[in-house]
Amino acid sequence: MRTKRIKGIKFGLLSPAEIRRMSAAKIITADTYGEDGFPIEMGLVNQRIGVIDPGLRCKTCGGRMGECPGHFGHIELAAPVIHVGYAKLIYRMLSATCRKCGRVLLEEKEKERFLAEIERQKEKQADVGDVVKEVFKEAVKNAVCMYCGEHQRVIKYDKPTTYIEIDEEEKKRRLMPTDVRERLERIPDEDIALFGMDPKSARPEWMVLTVLPVPPVTARPSITLESGQRSEDDLTHKLVDIIRINQRFMENRDAGAPQLIIEDLWELLQYHVSTYFNNEIPGLPPARHRSGRPLKTMEQRLKGKEGRFRGSLSGKRVNFSARTVISPDPDIDIDEVGVPEEIAKELTITVNVTERNLEAMRETVRRGKKHPGANYVRRADGKKVKVTEINYEALADELDIGWKVERHIRDGDIVLFNRQPSLHRVSIMAHRVRVMPGKTFRVNPTVCPPYNADYDGDEMNLHVLQTEEARAEAKILMAVQRNIISPRFGRPIIGGIHDYITGLFLLTWGEKKFEREEVLEMLRKITVNDLGEPAEAPYWTGKQIFSMILPRGLNLQFRGKMCEKCIERGLVCMKEKCPHEAYVKIREGELISGVIDEVAIGSFKGIIIDRIFRQYGEEAAKRFINDASHLAINYILQAGFSFGISDEDIPKEGEKQIREEAVREAEHKVEELIKAYEAEELEALPGRTLEETLELLVMQELARARDEAGDIAERYLGIENAAVLMAKSGARGSMLNLTQMAACVGQQSVRGERIRRGYQGRTLPHFKSGDRGADAHGFVRASFKDGLSPTEYFFHAVGGREALVDTAVRTSQSGYFQRRLINALQDLEVKNDGTVRETRDTIVQFKYGEDSVDPSKGEYGKVVDIDEIIREMIGAEAGA
Amino acid sequence: MQRALTAEDKEEVVKELIRAGIEEEIAEQIKGEFIPAELTIELDELLEMQIEEAYARDILMVQGRREEGEVKLGDIELKVNKSKLPELIKGELRKKLRAVRDKLSRRKLDEILKKVEEKYEKAKVEPREAVGIVAAQSIGEPGTQMTLRTFHYAGVGAIYITLGLPRIIEIVDARKKPSTPAMKIKLAGEYASDRNKAEELTMEIEETYIRDIGKVEASTEDMSVWVSLKERELKRRHIGREEVEEKLKGLGAGVLVEATEDGKLRIQVQNKFYHELLRLEEKVSSTLVKGIEGIKRAIVRRDVDGEYMLYTEGSALKKVMRIEGIDFSRTTTNNIAEIADVLGIEAARNAIIEEMMGTLEEQGLDVDPRHVMLIADAMTMDGEVKQIGRHGLAGGKASVLSRAAFEVTVDNLLEAATHGETDELKGVTENVIVGQPIKLGTGAIELVAR
Repeated sequence: MRTKRIKGIKFGLLSPAEIRRMSAAKIITADTYGEDGFPIEMGLVNQRIGVIDPGLRCKTCGGRMGECPGHFGHIELAAPVIHVGYAKLIYRMLSATCRKCGRVLLEEKEKERFLAEIERQKEKQADVGDVVKEVFKEAVKNAVCMYCGEHQRVIKYDKPTTYIEIDEEEKKRRLMPTDVRERLERIPDEDIALFGMDPKSARPEWMVLTVLPVPPVTARPSITLESGQRSEDDLTHKLVDIIRINQRFMENRDAGAPQLIIEDLWELLQYHVSTYFNNEIPGLPPARHRSGRPLKTMEQRLKGKEGRFRGSLSGKRVNFSARTVISPDPDIDIDEVGVPEEIAKELTITVNVTERNLEAMRETVRRGKKHPGANYVRRADGKKVKVTEINYEALADELDIGWKVERHIRDGDIVLFNRQPSLHRVSIMAHRVRVMPGKTFRVNPTVCPPYNADYDGDEMNLHVLQTEEARAEAKILMAVQRNIISPRFGRPIIGGIHDYITGLFLLTWGEKKFEREEVLEMLRKITVNDLGEPAEAPYWTGKQIFSMILPRGLNLQFRGKMCEKCIERGLVCMKEKCPHEAYVKIREGELISGVIDEVAIGSFKGIIIDRIFRQYGEEAAKRFINDASHLAINYILQAGFSFGISDEDIPKEGEKQIREEAVREAEHKVEELIKAYEAEELEALPGRTLEETLELLVMQELARARDEAGDIAERYLGIENAAVLMAKSGARGSMLNLTQMAACVGQQSVRGERIRRGYQGRTLPHFKSGDRGADAHGFVRASFKDGLSPTEYFFHAVGGREALVDTAVRTSQSGYFQRRLINALQDLEVKNDGTVRETRDTIVQFKYGEDSVDPSKGEYGKVVDIDEIIREMIGAEAGA
Repeated sequence: MQRALTAEDKEEVVKELIRAGIEEEIAEQIKGEFIPAELTIELDELLEMQIEEAYARDILMVQGRREEGEVKLGDIELKVNKSKLPELIKGELRKKLRAVRDKLSRRKLDEILKKVEEKYEKAKVEPREAVGIVAAQSIGEPGTQMTLRTFHYAGVGAIYITLGLPRIIEIVDARKKPSTPAMKIKLAGEYASDRNKAEELTMEIEETYIRDIGKVEASTEDMSVWVSLKERELKRRHIGREEVEEKLKGLGAGVLVEATEDGKLRIQVQNKFYHELLRLEEKVSSTLVKGIEGIKRAIVRRDVDGEYMLYTEGSALKKVMRIEGIDFSRTTTNNIAEIADVLGIEAARNAIIEEMMGTLEEQGLDVDPRHVMLIADAMTMDGEVKQIGRHGLAGGKASVLSRAAFEVTVDNLLEAATHGETDELKGVTENVIVGQPIKLGTGAIELVAR
């Protein structure tokens, strides 16, 4: 089936004739509902312009509520009024045209030139605004009409909708909308094109309204309050105002009221029509509801985030979705999502009953409301029947080919899973359903990085796909395993986190030996057919066990996170004999040397994952991630791993060293610097004042002190320490974190400087005025374990506050930044010829990225891993 | 006469070797430059001159001093050049193949090339891929991880430069002037190797006003402005007294400047009004004596190659161009509008890429350059740097609905009506709004059952 497409939407102004033609009813009564509770004829809630009450039928199309889309009505305005949105443009047109003959005040030749330019811009589908601006600018300069010789007068525009003509004697005369309309009518069609306007779709006089279209009631439905009272929509209120004034205007005019009164009423009518279009016009008091709340009229409905365009047209609410808290489950596959049974019973997939699935569907319906059952069936005639406790058996028997069954989702169904903010495409991925007890969505921890999720109360959304095409597309393009590689940097974004990294690190670190039973226990969730020969009979080594989950034939070498960058430091890389086990070498699927860490299997890095994805495909990569995580947790469960406050203990001599060698030394140096500064012996750095120099040097010294304290702590803690181990393997935390916990928190800063604010000359009353010392400006000497002194605690809070403010500001800023980027670039596409173009077919790039390479399809961030190919072909270490 | 290879020769030899197709040709060409047979140069010496070992061997080989390998340098050149690979990969491949040339055979060379080409083909983008969205997401997503209001030193104690999210936003906004303009000026010739000369240059370009080199006082007693120049500052900045006097005389017609015996300069006011005096005082103190307007500070730093270079606070690319000792071809600024103005739109495009990648990298964020390139290309595609947003790319789109959905909804609709515009519903937002499939990716094609 081919669906019809809307090819285009043309915009234009409605002519009074057009408004009358499309009107289903002329509205003359400001009342809505009559005594009997039925809509009043000729009223604003006219039965000919749509129905919103159940049971009533539309008098125009005969449709019931929900069927009838509504029809426009119209109000004949007693006198013309200016359309506020066009007030400025009308002013420009009045100034640019002759007050007598209506021609644009430009010579024929110039007109031709401008018209050609406008034509050119339109052809390019570009904005004509600049040319039109030029036309207006040139035209007002001519004081005498070159066609009829009339002297032009200066027109003043008084916001929002008043025009005043000033004649030669400086006398002012107000141009009433009738005058304005007459003048605009005189502008010939040929000249209108000079304003970038298309005379067929927009005559200038149509900007002065004589007839007002009344939107159908379906666009402004009234709501019935609990008390039974009707509450009308804001637009209806506004229309009521317009009709009332309109009526009064007519009555007064017919009665021959004085000009002053007529003008007042005219002004009032203008006010109501203006605020009907936009209730936030500068210079006009907004129309208010009885309660004092400003009314939401046309522009307010369309504009902004919750407006029609962004709120209801670009983004819509959907059915077949669920939302709940997420929690981890390492025992489900990475592309699965654990769905609570309660949710599974609400979400359905519509299945067409055919010859082949008739029996299965009957079985499903027969289960009724029990889990893999059905909620509704739809008969061949389209009638929808709810499956209930009473009728399910009958329905099951009755079920036939051509019916539709809305069955519960069950294991294996493809659903979309999403966490906001959806900043990149991997924020929405396709998962397979796994119905589980409990009330949370279960997620494998390895897919947290793409969603940027954690389990501290995060909620996620789930959407059930309703068509076969959608399911196919989701499965092929959006499946988790398809998106292991991030298009942002071409490396895995899915991979081990936290304990998975620690686990494998511990398993493959050093020469760990395991008995057969232990090995089997570790591998119990993993399909391994052959344990192979134990390396050190009867023991298998950790590296051997890890090798069991690697694909046979995998060859790979790289330097892990522990690498000390010997080559960069001018030393020789010891490779396999690296004392830190940083050189990872895999030969034929066998881990020869090195320890597995973040660089090997972590998310964002994951060299092994990357290679397996490329060489063996997405399924293999998925299996590897699953196996690796199972292996990691099985090992870490068996080995045990914990971190507590005692892990931050540093022996007495260590502490002494930190206090005395690192901290005191630095404080001493700082004192000396200050002394030198005060004695004006300090040499200023180029381009810095003396004071800045001092601050800089002090900051440097204190930063060094903290680093030194950290180094000392590291020495005493050793790699066996849980925190050090996590930091070094890349599982979680950094050495800085540990330093702050165990040794010294260090300098607190605000905007990259030491803390200075507070009292005059000092930060807190605890210090002497003018004290430039470390303590007085936010140096925290203690560690978190020791506990901070009151002043230290205060400074830490000051620094922390800055960080908090920073994140709060950043989220809103980067959100808008992202929206702008997306809006500017969303239409760009690679065409079949390899060029990148936008909707007008303007070429943005002749070749995408200069080499046509998809960043997510290269090899570990590069297009081709040449080293690997050469190595493979000649077995030599190529290049660096 | 025998002669050893000089540094210039080295370059020549290398260039020729790369260009040559076959070995005989290389020999011929080199012969033209200097007679190979007469060269008495050994491998060690060549290596000492920091010639890559592979080249060194080739040079010796041309001289007939070494056995030929099976795969010649020319083979690698020819074959790599003939392949359909992008230049970047060709370069890398060439370099890496040369390094292992002695282990190659012709067959293996072919196989390696075939494999690289295969992998390249596999890595190409799929037609109809929505690369714009991917690029926008790839830059936007890390935006949340970037720091805000980070000012950073380029080296210790040097120049503040806006970095992080504010900088990225500044770039895509196509601002006329960045919040912290700065230049990196490379130096030429001995300026690059001599620190003192480089320091002299900083004095040459740093803007120096009278107030920087002396005290300016307005005296109501004799209704004139007195300037007492500081000898030390003058010396440091290499400014002569006459120069200052000259500059002051240029202040305007009727300004009387005279030097008094105690070294002071006296400038008299024409009309003896008090406010006139104050205005003159202000005018005098902000008279530019030396340097380039806009360059507040310049600092000498040593770059990675050991060359001296200048970092400046403030930017004036056009003016810096004419200063002697500056290698303009390697001098950059972070003011993209200025680059577009002085060097053209292609340079501006490169500057956008450089600046963005630099900022992202500094924040430790990994983003493929192709995404940044697409953004830069979109911003510069019609010859001027357009911002990403209402007054640029998003505002200049063909679709009415798309513009209305972005910002200033009603104005766009009203305007579209007067122009009688037609929305052709080709883009993403428009089709979402009317509720039909978008025309990108899988939406661009249809499957019809036969």
